[in-house]
Amino acid sequence: MSRKPLEPVQVVRQRRDDALAALVNGVPYIRYLGIRFDRRGDELTAVMPFDEKLIGNPFLPALHGGVTAAFLEVTAIIVLSWSLAWERMENGSRGIDQWDPAHLPRIPKTIDFSVDYLRSGLPRDAYARARVNRSGRRYASVHVEAWQDNRARLFAQGTGHFLMPSQKTEPQAAPKTAAPQ
Amino acid sequence: MAELSDQMKDQLARHFMEAIPHARSLGMALTLIENGVAETTMPYDKKLIGDPSTGVIHGGAVSALMDTCCGAAVMSHPDSPLGTATIDLRIDYMRPATAGQALLAHAECYHVTRSIAFVRATAYDEDRSRPVATVTGAFTVERPPNDAKADPAGGQA
Repeated sequence: MSRKPLEPVQVVRQRRDDALAALVNGVPYIRYLGIRFDRRGDELTAVMPFDEKLIGNPFLPALHGGVTAAFLEVTAIIVLSWSLAWERMENGSRGIDQWDPAHLPRIPKTIDFSVDYLRSGLPRDAYARARVNRSGRRYASVHVEAWQDNRARLFAQGTGHFLMPSQKTEPQAAPKTAAPQ
Repeated sequence: MAELSDQMKDQLARHFMEAIPHARSLGMALTLIENGVAETTMPYDKKLIGDPSTGVIHGGAVSALMDTCCGAAVMSHPDSPLGTATIDLRIDYMRPATAGQALLAHAECYHVTRSIAFVRATAYDEDRSRPVATVTGAFTVERPPNDAKADPAGGQA
């Protein structure tokens, strides 16, 4: 029983950061909202720095309800995708070299998303974390919490259901439709 | 200022819409607003893409359109408010919006109580026979300080 030698920390860190970047950076809408993801091990925190264009009520002022919904949904999808990617990455079934933008893993599709607005979003940076409550072969259920100044005072939370991407992502895996005559 | 005429309220809602920075940033336009019904359009834009492999826009952008349209519907309800905010919004995605096509949201504020407005909405791309998404939502109803329960007649002319 020979164990594989432990990889140097820089190699591991680089692989994880690259995998996360591949998931996040390719999505124009995430860039438009200005959302980025901080990583501690496998835990992600979404960060949405305040910007004028995110305002929905200029008199208060407050974040747009749609922005809050989008922030939660983006966080749910990335955290769910990341949990799938993490598993494959850490099990070594897919090398980081296969994470290039042309062969991104398929993204889970939102079936429904429900947002609970707890207080108005202030003109401040916002943060969110998601927990995957159930991740099956076909469906997943994800809960998200978002806060601003104070972690204990959530300004919104949400729950969504997602359709999982099919396992086969290899382009050469052609559909086996042998059309028997 | 006391009672607002329906026309004034519609105008207020229209201005409100144009004054929303996020709605402006997404190029939204209010195409219908009357008696608790509103329609809002949003052009296709590459910055809204959520799945780069297909060019389909992100669900979050559809939510933003729906939330805006629902808020406008609440504002235009004859029995309703000076202001509103979302309490709860649930969106169901029927199918991906076709890449390259504008979206249209149609929202109806179907019931208003003293403090809550109930709304449902549907979003379409160019194919109006197959909805892209549906929404149900609850919104706050903000009333002027001594408004003895909105009188259903909508006030004097």
